Amino acid sequence: MSKMHLKLKVNGKSVETLCEPRELLIHVLRERLNLTGPHIGCETSHCGACTVDMNGMSVKSCTVFAAQVQGAEITTIEGLAGPDGMGVLQTSFREHHGLQCGYCTPGMITRAHRLLQENPNPTEEEVRFGMAGNLCRCTGYQNIVKAILHAASELNASKEAAQ
Amino acid sequence: MIPNTFEYHRPKTIPDALAVLTQHGDEARVIAGGHSLIPVMKQRLTDIAHLVDLQDIADLRGISVGDTIRIGAMTTQHALITHAGLSAAVPLLAEAALQIADPQVRYLGTIGGNVANGDPGNDMPGLMMCLDAAFVLSGPTGTRTIAARDFYFGAYSTERAEDEILVAIEMPRPSGGYAYEKQKRKIGDYATAAAAVQMTAVAGRVATASVAMTNLSDVPVWSAAAGAALVGTDCGPVAVNAAVAAMLEDINPGADNRGPVEFKRHVAGVVLGRAIARAFSRL
Repeated sequence: MSKMHLKLKVNGKSVETLCEPRELLIHVLRERLNLTGPHIGCETSHCGACTVDMNGMSVKSCTVFAAQVQGAEITTIEGLAGPDGMGVLQTSFREHHGLQCGYCTPGMITRAHRLLQENPNPTEEEVRFGMAGNLCRCTGYQNIVKAILHAASELNASKEAAQ
Repeated sequence: MIPNTFEYHRPKTIPDALAVLTQHGDEARVIAGGHSLIPVMKQRLTDIAHLVDLQDIADLRGISVGDTIRIGAMTTQHALITHAGLSAAVPLLAEAALQIADPQVRYLGTIGGNVANGDPGNDMPGLMMCLDAAFVLSGPTGTRTIAARDFYFGAYSTERAEDEILVAIEMPRPSGGYAYEKQKRKIGDYATAAAAVQMTAVAGRVATASVAMTNLSDVPVWSAAAGAALVGTDCGPVAVNAAVAAMLEDINPGADNRGPVEFKRHVAGVVLGRAIARAFSRL
């Protein structure tokens, strides 16, 4: 099978790679671009561990073909770190014990990032509904919800301070 | 899980897409959001030699709201939910779309894929029957329009020919009360049973009512008798029981991991009762 020349913008940088059209985005990211932050969990578009941001949308990268993402802008967990290390969401997950084994965490935080972009001031119910595509088998979700709500208030406070 | 190899096509126009389908026949399949097709390709339950990606075809997108509503087939569930004009004109659509899958799937999953795939578990087909929508199909010999109520023959078997593409969905602008009530085991699951209701009333009595059921047969079920049972009533217990009894005559659920037949029939009655009550309360 002939390979295609895939051009993407990943975490702000233009990247190119050769791959087959049938390769899944998660495999392109992990195996061709060495971005192992997004994880392969169920590989059946249920668990959300492979969630990345694609053109401003949270998507499950196990259910997108490489060919479909030609020219797309992708953000993975690696692109969400702050200039001084961890980003606000990452710090909040640590402080609120929003992870135990950590396997789901890259997908959780990448999804939460998009959720807060679209709804900077969510209620607890909106957080739970907006995170419904990401499964965690450790935390029972309570601390994940707390971490996201706290990150929202931190982000809003720093936005206000900047104005 | 890696699917078999395929040749990838990304046409920019509907005629270009139709040309690929005509050239390759049943070896070609169109892909919209891919959230039904990619999972079965990964499991190698289907073999597709030519995959025709519709994402670059501008004529398949767009929503127009007037006396008739027109929704491009490539409109995503997310776009349906967030389109203010559409949510105001047909609130039943957003109420149902929000109960489909999860946020990530709704960003990519399209209304066209949902209705054209013919999966009895999908929510939009029943909804389209309830709203008396019509599907616009383009093929090598031109365009034709088929009522949703005439479109479904069986599981994955529809009126659409293999060389046709669903390009848009049209429906009359509805009025009155509405509800989509879905019972599912968990977020992301298909319905154990779901009911769509749209109704109008005059002086506190139902004037028109349309009822459709999801995942309770190998096709979505529009129950004309259930709707008729509500007309002229105030949706009290007697009328609801009559509508549920009429609906139960029209469905034909099978036992699966969502429960035995008796359970599904029970849940069908419960969700329809709730949908009728909520639709009536919104009149």
